[in-house]
Amino acid sequence: MADEIAISIRDLYKIFGPNDKAHVDAVRRGMTKTELLAETQHVLGLKDINIDMPKGAIQVVMGLSGSGKSTLIRHINRLIEPTAGEIVIGEEDVLAMSDKRLRDFRRHTVSMVFQRFALLPHKTVIDNVSYGLNITGVPKPKQRETAAYWIDRVGLAGYEDNYPAQLSGGMQQRVGLARALATDAEILLMDEAFSALDPLIRMDMQQVLLDLQKELKKTIVFITHDLDEALRLGDRIAVLRDGEIVQQGTGQQIVLTPADDYISSFVKEVNRGRVIRVETVMTTPDEGPVVPEPGSVPVRRGTVIEEAAKKMSDKEVTRAHVIDPDTRQPIGLLTMRAIMAAMVMPLPADALTDEQIEALA
Amino acid sequence: MDWFDNVKWLTDFPQIGRSSLRLMSRTIDQHYRAFSRAYGDDIEAFFRPLLDFLLWFEKLLINTPWWIVLAVIVAIVWIASRSAKITAGTLIALVLIGVFGMWEDTMRTLSIIVVCTALSIILGMPIGILMSRSNKVQAAINPILDVMQTMPSFVYLIPIVMLLGIGLIPGLIVVVIYAMPPIIRLTNLGIRLVDKEVLEAANAFGASSWQKLVHVQMPLALPTIMAGINQTIMMALAMVVVASLIGVRGLGQPVLQAITNQYFTQGLLNGLAIVAIAIVFDRASQSYGKRLQRHREAAHG
Ligand SMILES: Nc1ncnc2c1ncn2[C@@H]1O[C@H](COP(=O)(O)OP(=O)(O)OP(=O)(O)O)[C@@H](O)[C@H]1O
Ligand SMILES: [Mg+2]
Repeated sequence: MADEIAISIRDLYKIFGPNDKAHVDAVRRGMTKTELLAETQHVLGLKDINIDMPKGAIQVVMGLSGSGKSTLIRHINRLIEPTAGEIVIGEEDVLAMSDKRLRDFRRHTVSMVFQRFALLPHKTVIDNVSYGLNITGVPKPKQRETAAYWIDRVGLAGYEDNYPAQLSGGMQQRVGLARALATDAEILLMDEAFSALDPLIRMDMQQVLLDLQKELKKTIVFITHDLDEALRLGDRIAVLRDGEIVQQGTGQQIVLTPADDYISSFVKEVNRGRVIRVETVMTTPDEGPVVPEPGSVPVRRGTVIEEAAKKMSDKEVTRAHVIDPDTRQPIGLLTMRAIMAAMVMPLPADALTDEQIEALA
Repeated sequence: MDWFDNVKWLTDFPQIGRSSLRLMSRTIDQHYRAFSRAYGDDIEAFFRPLLDFLLWFEKLLINTPWWIVLAVIVAIVWIASRSAKITAGTLIALVLIGVFGMWEDTMRTLSIIVVCTALSIILGMPIGILMSRSNKVQAAINPILDVMQTMPSFVYLIPIVMLLGIGLIPGLIVVVIYAMPPIIRLTNLGIRLVDKEVLEAANAFGASSWQKLVHVQMPLALPTIMAGINQTIMMALAMVVVASLIGVRGLGQPVLQAITNQYFTQGLLNGLAIVAIAIVFDRASQSYGKRLQRHREAAHG
């Protein structure tokens, strides 16, 4: 993963209540959410959040209901004012922006997709998609042209003149997505954007997003409470509980080395074959170049092991080698046995060496 | 017993002496009279353009041949309601009004109602918008609205007549005072009820306050505001008889005459004409409001 940082959140605290600033220090010294509520009637929303979100990648923030996900994502475009902390986007602290600068920033740099769509019910699909451009004062014909393009891209061509209430939930969220993409902002915030949709529609939308992302390479912050969704979409995942980050890393890291029981209980049921990648289970000879055996099938680095296993069984072989897509050279060897073992056996965290853990990233 | 006399305040409410009270009333009245003598003409001049407009509009309605006015009203009702039933009802009501000799008075009433409603909207909507933006403003204005709505209109008739005499303008002011509160209240309410998420979306895309008001808050509050306009019209109509007390001509005056002379039929006919206008306004404005928000009810397709 290219490691350029798009959004850097540092020491962010949010306390809900009329006198929030007065209680930050108590929270810094370790006061818990329950204690804070009992003693001061203030609600601890976020505590000591530090995340570096990579540019051009999907950062997932995952957590159960009430863990502070919406609060966190709304700090990035400052729909919520923080109690303390910094959010740096392209050298600039969002929290220090003037009202005017903030409006500009929201018009051009970040856009957002909402859980319950939040479309304008009195405007047609094309007017909804034009909304961001309309606010910016883009000339009308240009608005229409851009909006029509994005409506087509999200697969809604032909529905331009419908009202949101005439569309199904999945279609409405496509409008929401097109509206967010139309402003050409480099950062896309998605707060449980697919949670209100049926499972099948939801998979569809995830695919739509992944396909678009392949080409657009936006910095996406995606909120979800669903681990499968997090693993499918997230280049990186941060897990939030009670306003605190409990673990950050790649999907593999979270699944293979859960930081605590809370996360373990999350990842227990997950299909590991779709998470673990071939380079995690491949072996490399201690010395010399990697030489694939005859009949071994090539798989690209980054492939998940389920897919590799399928390739191998299609070809009726039990061996594969991993190819670096850039150099096209083999970099490691795989056996069906190793794949099966990784799929069914939970690796105890302490059974991995530090090097292996690092390699998960 | 002596002691009991001394504590008379226990049995009778302790009140200001009659002479002090009289003095107080007289002083206040005198000052108010002086004020109205000094500024009455200026205030009248201020309202002059409005009066001219009102007279012009009234004349327009009366002097235009009746069948043109009839056609225009029926057309407006049709455009607003798109309902054959309401349009036909309007036509029949207007024809009956004409047949029973109340055409001219009805035109007078119509013109003052239209102008009062327009004024109430022009003044009331901005006040409602201000109220929706600040809880403090809301807390300050609400009691004033309560007073405007519950104070018997005869009471504020007095200072207005003292200031401006009798005639169209004082009548207009009385009607507007009485009819404006619903539009203010429902504008405020409608804006406050706008979906928080949609508003958040507008914020997230960098909308300014004005853009939020124009693109989001007003359109989404429109059904509620329409209900307010509807109520305002109804209340203005209810004031027609009271306004005729201070010289506003129209359907109210024959009613007033009927009361003093015990002309039952005349009172009933003019009363029914007022009711007919009220129903026409009500149905037309309501179905217009419904039509405006039809896109919300559209079934999933
Ligand atoms: N305006 C507010 N005032 C007080 N407490 C708040 C406010 N907004 C959020 N909270 C509290 O902050 C915590 C986090 O809320 P948040 O909405 O961010 O959770 P979430 O992870 O998005 O949950 P969900 O999955 O239900 O959307 C909750 O305990 C909530 O009660
Ligand atoms: Mg949420």
